[in-house]
Amino acid sequence: MVDNSVAVVPTRKRFHLNRRAKTIVISAFIGAIIVAVFVSGMIITDDMVAANFAEKNLPPSFGHLFGTDWLGRDMFLRTIKGLSISITVGTVASAASAVIATIIGIIAATGSRWLDSFINWFIDLVMGVPHLVLLILISFVCGKGLTGLLVGITCTHWCSLARLIRAEVLQIRTQQYIGVSRRLGHSSGWILIHHILPHMVPQFIIGIVLLFPHAILHESSLSFLGFGLPPEQPAVGIILAESMKYLSSGMWWLAVFPGALLVLIVVLFEKLGDNLKTIVDPYSANE
Amino acid sequence: MKDHPAFRIGKRTAGYLIRIITLLIATSIVAFILVKLSPIDPVQQYTMGMADVSEEQRQAIADRWGLNDPPVQQYFKWAMAALQGDLGESTIYRRPVLNLIGEKFLNTLALMLTAWVLSGLIGFTLGVIMGVFRRTWLDGLIKRICLVLCSVPTFWLGLVMLLIFSVSLGWFPIGLSTPIGVASSDVTFWQWLHHLILPAVTLSFMQFANIALHTRQKMVDVLESDYVLFATARGESKWSIVKRHGLRNIMLPAITLQFASFAELFGGAVLTENVFSYPGLGSAASEAGMAGDVPLLLGITLFSAAFVFTGNLIANLIYGVVDPRIREGSSGG
Amino acid sequence: MHFPTKDSFLAVEDLSVSFHRYDSALEQNDLKVISDLSIALDRGEILAIAGSSGSGKSLLAHAIMGLLPPNASTTGSIRYNGQQLTPKLQKQLRGKEIALVPQSIAYLDPLMRVGSQVRGTEKGIKVREKQQRIFKRFGLAPEVERLYPFQLSGGMARRVLVSTAVITDAELIIADEPTPGMHITQALEALKVFRELADSGKAIILITHDIDLAFEFADKIAVFYAGTTVEVAPSKDFRTGPSALRHPYSKALWEALPQNGFRPIPGFQPYAKSLPPGCLFAPRCPYKTAECEEKIPPMREVRGGCVRCIHAT
Repeated sequence: MVDNSVAVVPTRKRFHLNRRAKTIVISAFIGAIIVAVFVSGMIITDDMVAANFAEKNLPPSFGHLFGTDWLGRDMFLRTIKGLSISITVGTVASAASAVIATIIGIIAATGSRWLDSFINWFIDLVMGVPHLVLLILISFVCGKGLTGLLVGITCTHWCSLARLIRAEVLQIRTQQYIGVSRRLGHSSGWILIHHILPHMVPQFIIGIVLLFPHAILHESSLSFLGFGLPPEQPAVGIILAESMKYLSSGMWWLAVFPGALLVLIVVLFEKLGDNLKTIVDPYSANE
Repeated sequence: MKDHPAFRIGKRTAGYLIRIITLLIATSIVAFILVKLSPIDPVQQYTMGMADVSEEQRQAIADRWGLNDPPVQQYFKWAMAALQGDLGESTIYRRPVLNLIGEKFLNTLALMLTAWVLSGLIGFTLGVIMGVFRRTWLDGLIKRICLVLCSVPTFWLGLVMLLIFSVSLGWFPIGLSTPIGVASSDVTFWQWLHHLILPAVTLSFMQFANIALHTRQKMVDVLESDYVLFATARGESKWSIVKRHGLRNIMLPAITLQFASFAELFGGAVLTENVFSYPGLGSAASEAGMAGDVPLLLGITLFSAAFVFTGNLIANLIYGVVDPRIREGSSGG
Repeated sequence: MHFPTKDSFLAVEDLSVSFHRYDSALEQNDLKVISDLSIALDRGEILAIAGSSGSGKSLLAHAIMGLLPPNASTTGSIRYNGQQLTPKLQKQLRGKEIALVPQSIAYLDPLMRVGSQVRGTEKGIKVREKQQRIFKRFGLAPEVERLYPFQLSGGMARRVLVSTAVITDAELIIADEPTPGMHITQALEALKVFRELADSGKAIILITHDIDLAFEFADKIAVFYAGTTVEVAPSKDFRTGPSALRHPYSKALWEALPQNGFRPIPGFQPYAKSLPPGCLFAPRCPYKTAECEEKIPPMREVRGGCVRCIHAT
């Protein structure tokens, strides 16, 4: 008997979710967690995170899961509120970035060859300056604050998605039905709207989700450096920047928990993006 | 002559050099325009903290800096000066920018170089291990760790490192690259190294996950290629295959990736230097941005772009010299 | 002689290979790519395997060498020199007693010089001399050993690939499409080498598209269709023509040759996912009866050959 020692798996008859269904359930679950964090952050009022000198510098306990800071503010509530702000900034910036990426990607793929190589050169230009330096520059130009943050992240994150969309459009353009449509007398614009754009929708949505982790990481980095949101807004970057002053006094919880929760949110978004990709394009996930 | 490898490589490099020069010029133009768009008044910024500066004096400074000239003229004036090595004077340090960048870059270089070598070695080794043991628990474990590391903000990792190794264990100082009260010229090599280790390790942590994941992918591609199948058919053992074919074929992409990662390295250095109060270009960049030090900010932008392009150029050169498919072209003998 | 026996040097009996894979709904299912395949081969013989692409020819080669991917599972038996070919034995034998001549240049390491690939892991002057002798014999110039695979022309690549098997002292050589892309004289030279190797007591499996060349050099020919053998016949029957052949598919294959009228066979070979229930060739067969569609006909002996057809006489 030749036996490559891999048993033939019989198709299981009992109730089970196939991989696609499982992926969808997990994605929905992740989505729910993110929405929950976002909504609770919006509900938390300023009163709930107001200073309370009776409860200063408390380490984590059941009353204050993440402890309290030097003003007696509850760190758990502050972190959730901060994450909620970060999610908003991240979503808006990655959506705007994805729009730019789609437009530039389509122009590169459908425009003249000269335009295509110019866009390619321009992408090299944007990628040539380290993101963080460019973000500092843009933030400085916009006078710091929310605007600088949004403009900066939007302007620096579209490059790789634009290249992806360009490749995708080029691939669709070689399909037979595009040629047929053209011979039927449809204009390029008509073809763009009816044949090419609909194909871009999944790419676009996945693009937003996959851009998000980068956007939120850069948002928090920039806030940490002091370029992002004003200090009254408890963005996670600001919370962590403030915590630096209290590191040597042993208040480790000020830094550890907010950061860990930020990492969790970023990981969840990565996972969500991966799952969406699997659902849209199962073959990419066979690995 | 045209088929000679040296000619081929020379042509490639020349083409790439031209591209880099156009990119650098464009970077300088874009950066200059951006800075001009800024609402911050450089004269205001410069005279901040000086005792009563009169309106005439302000005008005199503005005239001397050419701020009343048309923007295009201003750019050319600045660019010409920059070409001669004059990037202006930093308004926060009150020193020539070029001189300042040179000094700070040495610090940053030490940090980046250490992190670069560390992350390259760790990332490559982990990538090879994952590739060889692909789809086993070991691969899964390392992959998961790498994926999570990609989601960790650099500055938070730095904070946690400080908490563990400086605050709790007391092994390393909490900040500053020189001990307080010691002039920077009196710092011994060991003191300097002592202050370098923690930031460098933090920075390398941010890099190696990415390198490891890329290397893994390449290794898996190679090990599942037809030529490895054939090597197996010829009776080569798993280890012989990894050594003879695996490493040979993943080395080149790995080295290229290493040199193409200068941009992320520099970005990571900005954050790391801020967390550890390390006096390099990165902290200078954020200081310049915060304080509106336009000459310094422009200088650092240009310098970092040149740094990134240099990395890309080296990656390109290595490919041309090492990869026979490019070196010897497709002209068969 | 065509059915595997205890004494056959290589005996493949009722071999089936299936792959399990995920389909677009991420649902697992199995795909049977080789079903109930039997062939036999003795020392000194060349067995040519003919059939269109997708008939499972290369997979048979991989199954004998133990090179199937992990998601493949096999049933049936393969015996080599009287021993069951277990994965462990395959590991010991491959590259030493069993050698493969792969299909294309993609099977060579793109970054390694051709000479050291042909020599393999063995080092020393002896191997080098042997390699140089073989190169000379195949008309490969001495400087070829310094070239990289991408610098080889199609014909040169084939000869290099054949060299990798000739340099070993393998008893069984499986050549997967060794001749396409070669100039006719080179192809003949390569086949002559295989003939000589066989005459010196080795067993050769020649997987090929060029059946007309195979007639001349092989001892017998196995015709593959949709993952199984439909006929195994002495090659003289193929030289004679359709009257000597047994299976309608073999006859059709013969008639499809350019020199025999170039008549194509109507229809398509069924895909492994949607095999017909009875005889696999039935949907395209001009002699099909209701009986043919009931079950797959067994292999039976007819006029000194084997055939999988209930109507063959």
